[in-house]
Amino acid sequence: MKIGIPRALLYYRYHHLWETFFQELGCEVIISPKTKKEMLQIGNNYAIDEACLSYKIYLGHVEWLIDKCDYILVPRIATYKEREIVCTRFQAAYDVIQNTFRDRHVKLLDYNLDVCHHQTEINGFLEMGKKLGKKKKDILRAYHIAKSRQDTYDQMQLKEQYQKLQDDNNLKLLIVAHPYNIYDDYIGKPIIDYLQELGCTPIFASLVPKETASNLAHQISPTLQWTYNKEMLGAIPLYFDHIDGIILMSSFPCGPDSLVNEMIIRRIKGKPILTLTLDMQDGTAGRETRLESFVDIIRIKKEER
Amino acid sequence: MEKSKISFPHMGNYCVPIEVLLTMILDCDYLTPPPMTKRTLEIGAKYSPDYVCAPFKYNLGCYIEALENGADTLVQTGGVCRLSYYGEIQEQILRDLGYEFTFINFADSEVTNPISIYQKMKQYNPNLTIKTLSKALYLAVRMVTIMDQTENFLRENVGFEEQPGTLDKLYEAFLQELRSVRSVKELKKKHKRYQKMMKQVKLKKPENPLRVGIIGEYYTIMEPFSNHFIEKNLAQKGIVVTRHTNISNTLFFRNPTKMLKDIPKYLKYDIGATGIDTIREAEKLAKMGYDGIIHVKSFGCTPEMDAMPILENISHDYKIPVLYFSFDSQTAEAGIETRLEAFYDMIVMRKENRK
Repeated sequence: MKIGIPRALLYYRYHHLWETFFQELGCEVIISPKTKKEMLQIGNNYAIDEACLSYKIYLGHVEWLIDKCDYILVPRIATYKEREIVCTRFQAAYDVIQNTFRDRHVKLLDYNLDVCHHQTEINGFLEMGKKLGKKKKDILRAYHIAKSRQDTYDQMQLKEQYQKLQDDNNLKLLIVAHPYNIYDDYIGKPIIDYLQELGCTPIFASLVPKETASNLAHQISPTLQWTYNKEMLGAIPLYFDHIDGIILMSSFPCGPDSLVNEMIIRRIKGKPILTLTLDMQDGTAGRETRLESFVDIIRIKKEER
Repeated sequence: MEKSKISFPHMGNYCVPIEVLLTMILDCDYLTPPPMTKRTLEIGAKYSPDYVCAPFKYNLGCYIEALENGADTLVQTGGVCRLSYYGEIQEQILRDLGYEFTFINFADSEVTNPISIYQKMKQYNPNLTIKTLSKALYLAVRMVTIMDQTENFLRENVGFEEQPGTLDKLYEAFLQELRSVRSVKELKKKHKRYQKMMKQVKLKKPENPLRVGIIGEYYTIMEPFSNHFIEKNLAQKGIVVTRHTNISNTLFFRNPTKMLKDIPKYLKYDIGATGIDTIREAEKLAKMGYDGIIHVKSFGCTPEMDAMPILENISHDYKIPVLYFSFDSQTAEAGIETRLEAFYDMIVMRKENRK
């Protein structure tokens, strides 16, 4: 049994959970390769014109996996807790992929995470395992191993980030961006690499103790409901004293980011903020100039002090 | 003490029941925002985040124009998509612009729960009783239901009047009278009278007229200014226009679980906001043999964007043409008209070929 996992969107939040779970159940896991221009173009051909860049990339990855595996994992993620939502994109992903690739006879494997409607993660995984013909005992064992591996990995990442925060030699810039934008090889990674070339240490707002960050976000903006954006917003006060500037990096036209970025610009005072919008235009010169001058300004100001 | 002047952004004709509801609950004066113009959108877009969906811009424009006209209290509802976060940002933008006002944002209370509505409204009107609140809510619900029924009737008939404009004029007068209605009894009386008058309007409807269904995003579909009066445009071409999406069908009588069961071929899950409504309605129209479907939304509306690949499949399965409109703050009038005319010509030809 081969399970395909698209290297896009929530892969960057869950890849240890997903990979380990299927491997523990004795499945072969195929992960689509790192994003390349051609994959984005294929995704773009399948997408509605105005879909966000990250979603076009996702479609490209799903397309790559068709015919290479028995099932492609496309979960439906709707809610993590009461009074919180995620972008409807994640809620609709399963049905949209199913309909977009209907003619290609795509076979999807899904689980439904919708805590507000009593659909928990563990139940979702149980159902997936059953669909694959596995025993309950084995599924639960696989799930717990996978879950703890993901947790360990998350903790390790967090620890690394805390160490980076102590580094006083470099400028530290807080990158407020979804992991699927930051870690994507085609859209986010070049930007992170360039910042490092400029001698900056990128700090990721998505790497936070989730609960703490979410509570901090509530204090800044009480009606913000998007789970992922809450975590990232909470990272700002959490890391505020350690950072020299903030970069808001969003894929065009991200629904939640369109509003949350506005909120950040209006309510977070005392640190320089740069907004970077990632879109289908792939010329890098303009972007690099903006990043360079942003870093220069922060440096000059810091030296003056 | 002078009464406060409260205002709510335009959405179709719903400013009428909103006025009735708010004046009853808050014992205040209602200020209907000035009719929307290009300026409303321009000024709204100017102060809005770059790529936020268009309803945000229309709402903000309405707020600014209401404040300019003397409103001192603004209301925002909250909702199931980005709308849930509109209020807090809009308030912040208006405060940063230097306006002073009270902002009632329902996004920070659980609106589905009547007790929390009561507690919230009591903050603004200490004399409010549960009785007044429930009376006002009930009246507003009834009024909206009647308006929605009447508008359905209008959409299906307004293109076939012997004397064009008669129905619209009657409805206009009906709405004016509704503004002063404060009891269900009065409402029923007025409704009966106008219903009778509207039924008497002479129509010359062909046996088998062209029928087009309109589906799509909540705000854009209900606010004619934001969809460039697409329904009126279609009616003038002699088309029966059907639209399911209105306040009563989405707020009062909506059952997503049941709706989902109607469309197992296309959806397994609730895809968010009014996505299921759109899909279900599209398949229904297709099954009823409509001549075409028009899907409207504002640029960047994610849930409706997600509905589009599914609409494509419905269009393919039932051989029904679907025309898509995505309206932004800079949509040119000419482009819309050209596309509508081409669509019209196409459905006319299809109909003739099928004879």
